[in-house]
Amino acid sequence: MSAILPPSERVWWKQPLDRVELIWIVIALVWCLIMFFMMPYWHVYGKQNLANEAFRATPAEYLKKTEAMIAQYKVREEGAEGQKVPVVAPPAGSDVYLVARLWQWYPILELESGKSYRIHLMSMDWLHGFSLQPENINVEVHPGYDHVLTVTPTSKGTYSIICNEYCGINHHTMASKLYVK
Amino acid sequence: MATNRNFRTCPSSGLVFHEPAEKLMRWNAVVAVVFLLVGGLLAIGVTLTRWQAVHLLDPSLFYQVLTAHGLNMLVFWIIFFEIAVLYFASSTLLRCRLATPKMAWLGFWLMILGALMNNYSVIRGDSSVMFTSYAPMGAHPTFYLGLILFAVGALIACFVFFGTLVVARAERTYVGSVSLVTFGAITAAIIAVFTIASGAIILIPTLLWSLGLIEHIDSLMYRTIWWGFGHSSQQINVAAHVSLWYAGAAIVFGAKPMSEKVSRTAFLLYILFLQIASAHHLLADPGLTSNWKIFNTSYAMYLAVLASMVHGLTVPGSIEVAQRMKGYNNGLFEWLRKAPWGNPAFAGIFLSILIFGFLGGISGVMMGTEQLNLIIHNTIYVPGHFHATVATGTTLAFMAVTYFLIPVLFRRKIMFEPLAKYQPYLFGIGMAGVALFMMGAGTLGVPRRHWDISFAGNVFGYEFPGAAWLMMGLMGVSALVAFVGGALYLLITVGSVFLGQKIETPGFKHVGVREGVGALPAAAPDPKGAHAGIGAWGMVAPGTFVLALVFLGSFVLYYFVNWKYLSTVWPLK
Amino acid sequence: MANATQSSNPGPDDLFDEPVPALQQLLDNPFLLLFLGIAIPTVLYIVWGVMEIVSVPIAK
Repeated sequence: MSAILPPSERVWWKQPLDRVELIWIVIALVWCLIMFFMMPYWHVYGKQNLANEAFRATPAEYLKKTEAMIAQYKVREEGAEGQKVPVVAPPAGSDVYLVARLWQWYPILELESGKSYRIHLMSMDWLHGFSLQPENINVEVHPGYDHVLTVTPTSKGTYSIICNEYCGINHHTMASKLYVK
Repeated sequence: MATNRNFRTCPSSGLVFHEPAEKLMRWNAVVAVVFLLVGGLLAIGVTLTRWQAVHLLDPSLFYQVLTAHGLNMLVFWIIFFEIAVLYFASSTLLRCRLATPKMAWLGFWLMILGALMNNYSVIRGDSSVMFTSYAPMGAHPTFYLGLILFAVGALIACFVFFGTLVVARAERTYVGSVSLVTFGAITAAIIAVFTIASGAIILIPTLLWSLGLIEHIDSLMYRTIWWGFGHSSQQINVAAHVSLWYAGAAIVFGAKPMSEKVSRTAFLLYILFLQIASAHHLLADPGLTSNWKIFNTSYAMYLAVLASMVHGLTVPGSIEVAQRMKGYNNGLFEWLRKAPWGNPAFAGIFLSILIFGFLGGISGVMMGTEQLNLIIHNTIYVPGHFHATVATGTTLAFMAVTYFLIPVLFRRKIMFEPLAKYQPYLFGIGMAGVALFMMGAGTLGVPRRHWDISFAGNVFGYEFPGAAWLMMGLMGVSALVAFVGGALYLLITVGSVFLGQKIETPGFKHVGVREGVGALPAAAPDPKGAHAGIGAWGMVAPGTFVLALVFLGSFVLYYFVNWKYLSTVWPLK
Repeated sequence: MANATQSSNPGPDDLFDEPVPALQQLLDNPFLLLFLGIAIPTVLYIVWGVMEIVSVPIAK
């Protein structure tokens, strides 16, 4: 009854199990159930969950909302000469729009520690990956889907947003800052 | 049409080979190894670029090489070899003629054509879209057409496999149930059919889109259905290499499955639930609810993980029982100490089980947890995980069975035997290092598929901690060790197949099917209590149980460490 | 099962011609397994997923 030969007994289903298999199956099953229930548990008691809030949107509409927000809350510009990117400081609780496009995050955000913001993420063209460092929060950014995350920065400092979804030849140049005051 | 019913009985193993099936197995295996060679050469470019101190290629070439590396390794090498495994598990293990060898050759040539066409599109330079080819980033039409042709060829091969099962039953070449290894191959073939169907659903519209016949491909729809193809294709590997673990235990030790019922039920859980874990890739995406994510990512309450944990116990467990029956019954681990560590077939299988479980399995479950995915999504942790599963788990298991197949299938002696002894260790340990250091760098946020983590000349660039750079360097060094192991494998297999000493059998002749398929080897009766007197604590395999508990302990610890880490991240909802 | 009578190794099971349990019959039927292995992920993963994607609301 080797594994490469047909079983020698016609009815193998009723063969008794050895204790080692039985105990291990019970232990493994319990562990699997614990891991399964950790996910709903974290939705109730944990603080880090992705929202199920998303909308279908066109790049033009989304960009319009972004420009409106920039016009209202722009505080300064940063970046190399000729490639200035606006920095916005929106009030706590407001809708904050972040555009991902080839190969730029737009605009730069300046947030307050301990306050919550509704951060919208959407791409104008291909897929991008929102990767906030060194916090290491990573979210996929789609074209056509406005993804809303309610984020509460907890510590002050200068953070980086890099792109971690391959988006063509200059993928590795797509980086930006995020300030928490 | 006359059916070739000629068989050959292997004098050393007693296995029965159907002539046309044997030729197909040989060719599929040889082509697989050629793609492994191509993928391996490309891997040098990938690692030596990501190792920032070397930074070998320019960005355009790097992304091109990375695309080709992924496709040649994850698709072409693996699937060609798996087709050989399917034919072996059906025709040879069931002592049956292969159904429709002509269709099998058609499938083979379609796969060749598809693989060449896909490689051509990448060489052109306008299809550096990675293995995943996420729309709306577009590739040349031949990129998708190549994959589709390849998939059609593989689908034909799957149906030849299923056809052979029908023939075997109709011609009564076996009695009762198929062997466990064949059952594992059935599992792999079923997952393959689902994989190919998902691939067709998404790649055919994408091909039409690349030709301008369809206006729009939705990025989320693409990712969802594409991963039904991309992830499931790697689940074929899991089913295939677990079958080979059982085969290896049977061939090297004459081990019997501890329980047919348990092992087959575990495979059944794979059939039912393994594919839905394609959701692992969509945990950080908008538009899919947590209900869908939690249910699918957990393989319906981790039932497929349960299955893997069962295989992880029963394969070494069956080896332990076989060794104890031979008299290595002292203490907990005499059976393991006295195992044939110098036999590359055994060493490869054992390392495959160990690394797949400890590195690949644990990291896969961690990544596939809905919330934990946030801290590793798209970091280099992900390739770290699948180098532990595919490169060590699957590839090392395939390498190990090659050492068995060369004398049996190609009738050649293994060349460079002293080197062959070390090959699985070099490749396995090197690749485990690659996986481990990638995971370490990923935990520090290093992105995957990224040409320059130094962000040279970028005013907004991010400075990764020194530890991340160190990890990437150590990954490069480990990769060099793995290259040596991979190169040795290629040297030994290619050398043996073409130049190895021929194994001549005096009086060898081909025989027709009825004479060729001798009486079934009489299986030894399994009297109750046959295992009496071995093991400890009322268990036949206590040593394996201790190893399993060590595994579980690492699993639990690592899992909760990551929850702890997640809890320190910015609140998010 | 007819094959059982040909067994070179008749065990006690064959003498009583014990019926094969339903779950073993399922495991011995590759085409039923093929059907299940395609239907279940298609419904749980693909159909459910596509339904969720098409029901994403449009932004105001």
